[in-house]
Amino acid sequence: MKKTSTILAIAALMSSTAVVNAETLRWARAGDALTLDPHAQNEGPTHTVRHQMYEPLIIRDVTGAFVPTLATDWAPDPENPNVWVFNLREGVKFHDGADFTAEDVVFSFERAKQPNSDMKELINSIVEVRAVGDYQVELETNGPNPILPSNLTNLFMMDKGWSEANDTVNVQDFEGGEITYATTNVNGTGAYRLVSREPDVKTVMVRNEEYWGRDEFPLEVSEIIYTPIQNAATRVAALLSGEVNFLQDMPVQDLARVDSADGLMVKQAPQNRVIFFGMNQGADDLEADNVDGKNPLADVRVRKAMSMAINRDAIRQVVMRGQSQPAGMIAPPFVNGWTADMDGESSTDVEAAKAMMAEAGYGDGFSIRLDCPNDRYINDEAICQAAVGMLGQIGITVNLDAIPKAQHFPKITEGKTDFYMLGWGVPTYDSEYIFNFLVHGRESDIGTWNGTGFDNDDLDAKIESLASNTDLDARNADIASIWRVVQDEQLYIPIHHQVLNWGMSDNVGTEVDAEDQPRVKYFTMK
Amino acid sequence: MVSFILKRIVQSALVLLITGAIAFSMFSFVGDPIDNMLGQERTMEDVERLRAQLGLDQPVPVQYVKFLKEAAHGNFGVSYRQGREVSEIIMERAPATLELAAVSALLAVVFGISLGVFTAIRRHGFTANLIMSASLIGVSLPTFLIGILLIYLFSVELGWLPSFGRGEVVQIGNWSTGFLTESGRKALILPAITLGLYQMTLIMRLVRSEMLEVLRQDYIRFARARGLSDRVINFRHALKNTMVPVITIIGLQLGAIIAFAIITETVFQWPGLGLLFINAIQFVDIPVMAAYLMMISVMFVVINLVVDILYAMIDPRLRVSAK
Repeated sequence: MKKTSTILAIAALMSSTAVVNAETLRWARAGDALTLDPHAQNEGPTHTVRHQMYEPLIIRDVTGAFVPTLATDWAPDPENPNVWVFNLREGVKFHDGADFTAEDVVFSFERAKQPNSDMKELINSIVEVRAVGDYQVELETNGPNPILPSNLTNLFMMDKGWSEANDTVNVQDFEGGEITYATTNVNGTGAYRLVSREPDVKTVMVRNEEYWGRDEFPLEVSEIIYTPIQNAATRVAALLSGEVNFLQDMPVQDLARVDSADGLMVKQAPQNRVIFFGMNQGADDLEADNVDGKNPLADVRVRKAMSMAINRDAIRQVVMRGQSQPAGMIAPPFVNGWTADMDGESSTDVEAAKAMMAEAGYGDGFSIRLDCPNDRYINDEAICQAAVGMLGQIGITVNLDAIPKAQHFPKITEGKTDFYMLGWGVPTYDSEYIFNFLVHGRESDIGTWNGTGFDNDDLDAKIESLASNTDLDARNADIASIWRVVQDEQLYIPIHHQVLNWGMSDNVGTEVDAEDQPRVKYFTMK
Repeated sequence: MVSFILKRIVQSALVLLITGAIAFSMFSFVGDPIDNMLGQERTMEDVERLRAQLGLDQPVPVQYVKFLKEAAHGNFGVSYRQGREVSEIIMERAPATLELAAVSALLAVVFGISLGVFTAIRRHGFTANLIMSASLIGVSLPTFLIGILLIYLFSVELGWLPSFGRGEVVQIGNWSTGFLTESGRKALILPAITLGLYQMTLIMRLVRSEMLEVLRQDYIRFARARGLSDRVINFRHALKNTMVPVITIIGLQLGAIIAFAIITETVFQWPGLGLLFINAIQFVDIPVMAAYLMMISVMFVVINLVVDILYAMIDPRLRVSAK
């Protein structure tokens, strides 16, 4: 009798530990990964799913700082400024049991440089990747590249042997509709293994018990069930009803409701995305205004007056329900080059703005069309509507044209808009990325998103020199001086930094990642 | 008769061609797919290269003719968003929509007819009036609102039914079915009610008014005079004669249920064709949009064709006038 009860007690104990270990993260967000091929698409939600199963050499933590992952340390070669040396972690195994070595790193970089790869732009400065022994690689670039590690945080490592055995040495031809073994199967080094996947419906992953960091990270989630739910109200309902316990893409209007619900909470952090208006100052005359033969936006006083007319606090309180951080520069905080001083430079003063308009000769105002997306940023159309009223106070009649992003963005890249909304995230966490796309004069492969017509050759030369300047202090001084010009010229009208919200049940423990990239290995489950 | 059918078929083909042409000319207003396909780091060369690769640099009529040629060979191209064959995606999504539509149609027909008969027989009863008033909700409330209300009540407040998805599905050959698992059947309930409610109220109101019409006819009065029981009069004589127009409407509404599942599927994240189409519009996934629109127009054209032919067979007058 005693024996049976002991057995029962042990059985009960075992089953209870089994329950403790079996923590399922039921995770929903608006969209799904487009493919599982590590190099075929460079897109946020696609990276998010991959990050659970594949790993790059380095990742960023929630504050944006580098964390060694498959590389343990890295530094430029003291003898050759064109070479970065990465030391690799030893004893790492892929899901199929194969060892991770330098050979796999060389293979993965070469794969990511193929024409079909969507990651090739990020590493186009790399001319050669060499293995030095089993656990060291050298990356040689076409000139000194001080910020190369920033471009490697989404560059996933594949197993050479597995890829060869399964005929996936080449990157999937995504546009051509190719399906390869790697688009639906995963063999990574990551903390989770793929169990099953139905695109746009459900992806299931389980914990990799052989993970190299098994003792280093919490790894309390034993199973991940990832389901995209497109409709915002349904997504929130799924969280409220307990069908999911972790939610990304929280609609702003439901934040208070979720936060006040029993057993649920909302966590937030500033997002790596700044929202602003661009103005076409380069044209001689604007198409969408009522001023003939002149471009009012070419006058810096008009641009300053417009910025001063925007009441960012009102937008924050009324439109964003507190979910934004007013901005004075078009760099998100934590980007190298961002300063609190410059980010505080935008002020609201309608009277002074009116005076400035009069000084510029537009005391009676003018009319212009504002192009705005209605499905891209949080409350994008509502922000534009608010701006219409605010600019009306200084005499500018704004006609709002709010359209889907698929129609809006081509207007900017093709130069068909004079006044537009744009949001920008900085994956490299460095100002150079902003300058390259938004400040440099527009050419075929640089300044592609600069719709302002601003083109300053001296400044362009300075921007181009940033790429190979290895003296970080001198480089930062250049960055600051470029920002000064951008600020003084009022090249853009910054509005705010978006705030990111994740909803979760009380037992899920995680901090919000500025890039909206949850990494489940860090999650705790109470 | 043969010439009548041939004529109708030619007309149908013409309708299809025109629908396709209109759809294609609309695509250029939806936006530029290239923008969604390449990240913000793309260069102008990438854009040009991809545009040429996809044939988007060609004028719209050329693109349309190319689409028709390929479609005639059963090839609908590759989805821009998912990077897979469109026909494969549609085959994968069709079971979800068809199962949902079948259950909704069944609910609509069964409840529509029985409630219609009930409200016609008990014309002045309290319950009948209550049902009639409540049916106004089905006609007037938009589908997405009904869906959200049902989710709020049965998922969030009561926690009885799932708010999204299809539950567990079982794969039988190419067909994935949710009928065989408990979670699959549970997941069907709310979307099926949401989707079928409008059709149900429509059928109910139609049955009721037709039935009231029939009940006023002389032969019903004679039947009563003969002393037949109410049951025999209502169900054998009256209902039978009510059904002719009702069946026509049911046939046409069946097509509508499949075509208009879009909203219900979006609200319930139901992985069917409607959700696929909505995603395609947002991404400007032209091959998927084109294939879906063509599929739906083929479906409607075929239903109309069949109805026309059936009418012609039933009613000789139509045949004569066709000559």
